Amino acid sequence: MTAAQSKLYSDDVSLIVVLLDTNPFFWAASTSGNLPFSNFLNQVIPFLNSLLLLNQHNQVVLIATGVNSCDYIYDSAEAGGRNSIDAANVAAISSTILNRLENFVTKDARLAKGSDKAAAGGNGISSLLSGSLSIALCYIQRVFRSGARHPEPRVPIDSCIVGPQHSAFLQQASYITGGVYLKPQHLDGLFQYLAAVFASDLQSRSFLRLPKPVGVDFRASCFCHKKTIDMGYVCSVCLSIFCKHQKMCSTCGSDLNQSPPDSTRVSRS
Amino acid sequence: MSGGVAAIRGGFDHPMGGDGERKKRRAEEEEEDDEDNDGRGMDAWAWEALQEDEAGLLRPLDSKTLVHAQYRKRLLLRSSAPSSSSSRIQKGLIRYLYVVFDLSRAASETDYRPSRMVVVAKCAEAFIREFFDQNPLSHIGLVTIKDGVAQRLTDIGGSPESQIKALMGKLECSGDASLQNALELVHGYLNQIPSYGHREVLILYSALNTCDPGDIMETIQKCKQAKIRCSVIGLAAEIFICKHLCEETGGSYTVALDESHFKELLLEHAPPPPAIAEYAAANLIKMGFPQRGAEGVISICSCHKEIKVGGGYTCPRCKARVCELPAECKICGLTLVSSPHLARSYHHLFPVTPFDEVSSMFSSKLNQKAPQTCYSCQESLAGHGNKSNLHVTCPKCNQHFCLNCDIYIHESLHNCPGCESHRSLPM
Repeated sequence: MTAAQSKLYSDDVSLIVVLLDTNPFFWAASTSGNLPFSNFLNQVIPFLNSLLLLNQHNQVVLIATGVNSCDYIYDSAEAGGRNSIDAANVAAISSTILNRLENFVTKDARLAKGSDKAAAGGNGISSLLSGSLSIALCYIQRVFRSGARHPEPRVPIDSCIVGPQHSAFLQQASYITGGVYLKPQHLDGLFQYLAAVFASDLQSRSFLRLPKPVGVDFRASCFCHKKTIDMGYVCSVCLSIFCKHQKMCSTCGSDLNQSPPDSTRVSRS
Repeated sequence: MSGGVAAIRGGFDHPMGGDGERKKRRAEEEEEDDEDNDGRGMDAWAWEALQEDEAGLLRPLDSKTLVHAQYRKRLLLRSSAPSSSSSRIQKGLIRYLYVVFDLSRAASETDYRPSRMVVVAKCAEAFIREFFDQNPLSHIGLVTIKDGVAQRLTDIGGSPESQIKALMGKLECSGDASLQNALELVHGYLNQIPSYGHREVLILYSALNTCDPGDIMETIQKCKQAKIRCSVIGLAAEIFICKHLCEETGGSYTVALDESHFKELLLEHAPPPPAIAEYAAANLIKMGFPQRGAEGVISICSCHKEIKVGGGYTCPRCKARVCELPAECKICGLTLVSSPHLARSYHHLFPVTPFDEVSSMFSSKLNQKAPQTCYSCQESLAGHGNKSNLHVTCPKCNQHFCLNCDIYIHESLHNCPGCESHRSLPM
């Protein structure tokens, strides 16, 4: 449903880690809809190649986000360096990515058979985005460790939403980290969005006008019903969010019998 | 100079537990901060960057394993509960902390360069930022002791900027320090906070005595009954009354050996301390989760009373605009937070399980196929030459990680990539 990416900066050189969502429930449902998975890949893989062409020191890493596992698919640094990008090289990269992606998706689906079948039915499961984000951050840390002495690297998270709904989580993530959030309106022109918006390096972003979201949805979801709320009750012990007043906190078991003070404070400057 | 005084100063209760080891760490830190040592001329310690091996030959410190060993010690000290993987210690997450600065004449001593007060103020600024980073729902207030009198420097508040601005002003030191007056003042203020908050005081004490108008033992008992957790960081030597205060109220008393040690001790107070259950009432606090406005919206903000364009958050109850979160709506009093702020505190309650150390020679003995690369960063785990290479493995998901990822995962990320990337594992 999404292709989130993170970048780091040193002059014009970028390290871009692309997290590709391969959730089979979503992609299966969308074959009759807007964008089949094969078309999607047809737009993303040239985008990855174009990133490598923009600057010879650019590095691209592709991590796939599945429903049962996450894994590295492609790392442009491990191939032993590319001296020249020519047609044969580009084709080799594309076929490597496609082969490994296919292996990953098959393995991911096999892992599903072993786990709880009941969860596999219904309206689908969510992708393991937190897993692939954690892996991406560890990789970026490693690159920074071996490189020059930098303070904490700036890692903006860009989000490109390919699915039908906005993602509040990625809106927040992109806003907080200073990245770009975009939900393209015309998905058959996805490559153009990717190349125009997401391929820009961090130095250029300071003088480019990139799309900004209309507003950021910072609302939380309650722990009891998982619905989005804009006002709720928070347990003072474990910070769980509830939509209604309760006698006992279901997360930490604290007794919440006292009537809630409406967070009034006596002293005010 | 300071090397000579170090022997006289108390070094009790500092976490390293070994003077030589601490000096090695300090020397290592100085190697790294060579460029910005404020011209303090720390070349005096350069010889400590070397060690002798068994044959008596000099070799440089193996900083990588040393850093990892220190990190392991910190980690195991912190999670010193019995190593059940589901040990969840209740922590006081909503904290109301008063930081007491000692501005008596002892604080103008120059054994910390340029003076104790300047070092304390600089470290306190870093502490305040770290505190709000780790405890977004908490509040800090500042109090000073000068000429035997305690005064409030800033009101208790939830935003770091106003506190730091007050610290940057001119702070002059004179007179005596009075511990009792400070405790009385803080006790009065902390009585007014809501019942679900945890009350804490952190005293940064430079003096070696206290001049009190009455019986300080009574004041200590009063604080104990009011459930205020008092901690002290001493800059001079260990004082009995401070130790007694901390023991009675359940706080921690540490004495700093030098600037970097002081900063380390101060930053240890940023993560929430283990809570004593009856110290704060468990309550449901009503909070609002506002939406951020679009860029072009023009409105008057309720915090500055000015016209602002774009951005800003709308209180869900009274629709007033506030500039930043977390905040309290000035119109209706609702606490406004965003869900990332709450999420930032979850790792205190659900920490990542410490990983187990594994040497690759050990796993090959068990005829297991040891993975060749770290799961999260793909760095090779094979050893170079004859160095013993250590890596770690998560007890829950059994993935292998390198030492650097281990430190990063436990100190910054708070997420095990292996556990997050596998659905079949129970959470």
